Formats: sequence, structure tokens, C-alpha cells
Amino acid sequence: MIRFIPIIAGRLKKRQEEILESQDIEIRLLIDAIFRKYGYDFRNYSQAHIKRRILNRFQLSGLNTISEMTHKVLYDSDFVDKILLDLSITVTEMFRDPTFYKAVRQSVLPILRSAPFVKIWHAGCASGEEVYSMAIMLKEEGLLHKTQIYATDFNPVIIKYARKAEYPISRIKEFTISYQKAGGTRSFSDYYTADHKSAKLNDNLKQNIVFDNHNLVTDSVFAEINLVVCRNVLIYFDRQLQDKVIGLFMDSMPGGGFLCLGSKETLQFSTHNESFEPVVEHERVYIKKYS
Amino acid sequence: MIKRKNFQAVAIGSSAGGLNALKTVFTELDKKFPLPIIIVQHISADTDSYLPSLLDNLKKIKVKEADEKETPQKGIAYIAPPNYHLLIESDRSFTLTVGERVNYARPSIDVLFETAAEAYSDGLIGIILTGANNDGSRGLKKIREMGGLTIVQDPEEAEAEAMPASALEATNVDHVMKLKNIAKFLNSII
Ligand SMILES: C[S@@+](CC[C@H](N)C(=O)[O-])C[C@H]1O[C@@H](n2cnc3c(N)ncnc32)[C@H](O)[C@@H]1O
Repeated sequence: MIRFIPIIAGRLKKRQEEILESQDIEIRLLIDAIFRKYGYDFRNYSQAHIKRRILNRFQLSGLNTISEMTHKVLYDSDFVDKILLDLSITVTEMFRDPTFYKAVRQSVLPILRSAPFVKIWHAGCASGEEVYSMAIMLKEEGLLHKTQIYATDFNPVIIKYARKAEYPISRIKEFTISYQKAGGTRSFSDYYTADHKSAKLNDNLKQNIVFDNHNLVTDSVFAEINLVVCRNVLIYFDRQLQDKVIGLFMDSMPGGGFLCLGSKETLQFSTHNESFEPVVEHERVYIKKYS
Repeated sequence: MIKRKNFQAVAIGSSAGGLNALKTVFTELDKKFPLPIIIVQHISADTDSYLPSLLDNLKKIKVKEADEKETPQKGIAYIAPPNYHLLIESDRSFTLTVGERVNYARPSIDVLFETAAEAYSDGLIGIILTGANNDGSRGLKKIREMGGLTIVQDPEEAEAEAMPASALEATNVDHVMKLKNIAKFLNSII
């Protein structure tokens, strides 16, 4: 048992720490290269998360060092697409956290009903499931026809999926259960046509949705949004970047606008906390104060 | 008992049978336990997370769900929320992510252990309890590589033996113990 011989154990530990330090530097250089060459800025993302994803790709790549990855990133744009997907985490589902949708249906939509026209922004919409869930709910509440939805993500590959509105049939059961838990008033099967492989959502859900590329770190504000939905995106950002992006949302909405975050995201520690009031605190639904 | 210095945190991974196992350990635990404890218990995604209150109600040490960006404090136990991976940053704050399942699990024990091993290096104690899969084996190996202390519940005692058995196979662990002794060992840390 080598470990109990203190000198060797100490040396081993020191070597481990040196390797780790060098690895962290290599990863930072890779992130820097992606930013300089392609403009995607991951410098203020969770380091532990970025590191796991990069090392994962590294193991799959068959390359010898992370620095070799940096070289490949600079000269091989297919490779960068892969890394971008790795770092994006596009995992999503329809009616994720059904109680959240219930809260929006009960506490937000009745207020939006009185507006002549409604603008909603889904930031970080991934493959679109969240957006179509909202569209279904708006339709059931008689609001969809007067709503414009902007659905954005910084990953162009995932936006293409979102536009298609086609999901593996294997996921429909789970979506159906969540739809019901979320207070859906019809049969979920009214909203799609299925073959043995996939389910395609009805085109009329899409009518008022515009999908577009938008990077929350580097792109600018939207105007006069009544409801911003940004769920499970901010958890990947450090506090400083979270604040910047919440500021962006704030500047995109008038007083009385709603902001919805993911179940584990909160405004509590944000410098912008004072500008909002919780509507349904537990579901992370907030309203911007009138100043 | 091995006397070792400067422990800074305990990471525990458990799966099938884990509720009872954690209850046993926490019932025995000293009220003045001096380290943060960070726990991943596999739990189905849509169950309410009642585990924190269940353990908190034992009135031993404070137990709560891990919050995003929270920094673990001495004498408090943190449990990964259902459906999120729990990662430790190098400044030791928590990150929660909704990424793909790892070893069919979210939260995954490997994700916690591998990141915690780097954040705490030889200040970490890693413990694998009962479970019916092999999550945590890689993470425990990493904890050992970083100089941390590794403990596995005796598979013979475990409600499900696969997870502790797999951990024993993956790593030359420091201690194989029954739950009562794991609690005793933790209480011997000053
Ligand atoms: C985990 S998904 C969340 C999807 C959905 N909102 C939900 O909660 O189910 C995170 C999404 O955020 C996107 N994202 C990450 N960083 C971004 C950025 N800087 N700008 C815009 N989108 C970003 C990713 O591409 C990914 O699709």
C-alpha cells in the first residue's frame, strides 16, 4: 500500500496537482481560441462544467493533448460545431416542471389577456420543446392569435431542430404526462401527428413563432417584451455573467413585464433583485417593478 | 482508526436502499460534526425531494438541498436536487446542471465525486453506500488518486451490493465498513 508511505504519497499528490494546473491552463487557452476565432464566449461559464465537457470530447477525439484540440478547433469548423454542442447542453423537454406551467397559466396569462398584443421571448430555447409547450398553453387560453413569440438560442444547429418541431416518438409518453400535470385542458394527441418514428407538432402552433440565433453574452436587447422565459441557462453562468444577462432582460421589458427562470435559478442574489418582485416565488416567476 | 489530518469535506453516494442507509448513518452522527457533507442519492426525477427534510428531522446536523452557487459550510449536509447534476467548482461553490444522464443517473455520483476530488484534493473523504448500479466507481478512484480517503459500505451489509462491489473492484479503497462503523469513523474526526 504505497499511499501510507508519506513521501511517495506526497510526491504523487504534488504531481497530480501539477497536471491539474497545466490542464486548466490548456482548457483556458482552448476557450480563448474559440472566443477569438468564432466569437462564442465561454469565459464566464461554470469552469467545472466546461472542463467536464471538454475532457469528455477530448477522450472521444483520439487526440493526444488538449492543446491538439485547440489546434483542431482553429482549423476544422466541423470540430468546433461538435464542441459547441458539447458546451451548450441542449437537454430539454415539453412541459418541464409542470407546476411551473400551471403557475404561468394561473398567474401570468390572465394578466396578459387584457393586453392588445403580447410579445414573449424564450431565451435559450434549445430544440424548442419549451416554446411549443407555451404555444399550446396560449392556444388553450385563447391568446396565441395575438401573441408574437421570439425563440432564440446561440447554437445554430439546435435552432434548426427547433424549427422542425419533430420529436422522437419515444418521448411522447413523458410529454403527455407532463402536459396533463401542467393543467392541459385537451388531449395532448390533438397537437401532433405521429408515425412509427416521430411526432410532428401541428403547424398552426408555429404561426406566431420566430426562431433566431441570439447569444445572451454578446448580443443586444429586445424591445417591449411582456414575458421573458429563460430557464436552465443562467445556471451555467458565473454570478457576474448572470447579472449582466438579467440586466439585458430588464432592459428588454417595460414595468409590469414578467420574467421566468428555471426551478433552481433565483434573483435573490442578483444586483437587480430590487427591480423585480416575485409573483410565484417557488416557481421563479417575477414581475418587473414600475420605476 | 486511521488518524488523518485536515479533512475538509465528506462526499457520499448512494442509490437503491440509500434512504435507509443514510438514515442509519445520520442517526448516529454527532450533532457537532465539523465538516460539510455533500450527498448524491439517486432518486427518480419527478419525486418531490423529501430526503433533505427526512434527514433534517433526525435533528442531528442541519440537512438541506444544495443551492446553485452555494458554498458548503461546516456541519451542514447538502443533498443534490432531483434531476440536476451537482458539481463542485475549484472555489468549492456548487454548480447545478441539467446535462445528459451519466451512468443513467441525474444526479450522478461520478459527476459529484470527480469534481469534488479536484476541488478538495486530499482533504476529501469519499463514501460509497448501497446501490444496484456502478455509478460512483470512477469518482471514488479519482478521489483516491487525488489523495483523498475512500470508504465503501460492506457489500454484504448493503441492501443492494452492486454499487459498493463495483467501487471495490475499481479502486484499492482505504476502508470497507458497516454503516455503524462509518458513522463511528466520521464521529472520530475532530
Ligand atoms: C439546458 S438548455 C435549456 C432549454 C430550455 N430552456 C429548458 O429549460 O428546458 C440550455 C440552452 O441554453 C443555450 N445557451 C447557452 N448559452 C447561451 C448563450 N450565451 N446565449 C444563448 N443561448 C445559450 C444552449 O444552447 C441550450 O440550448
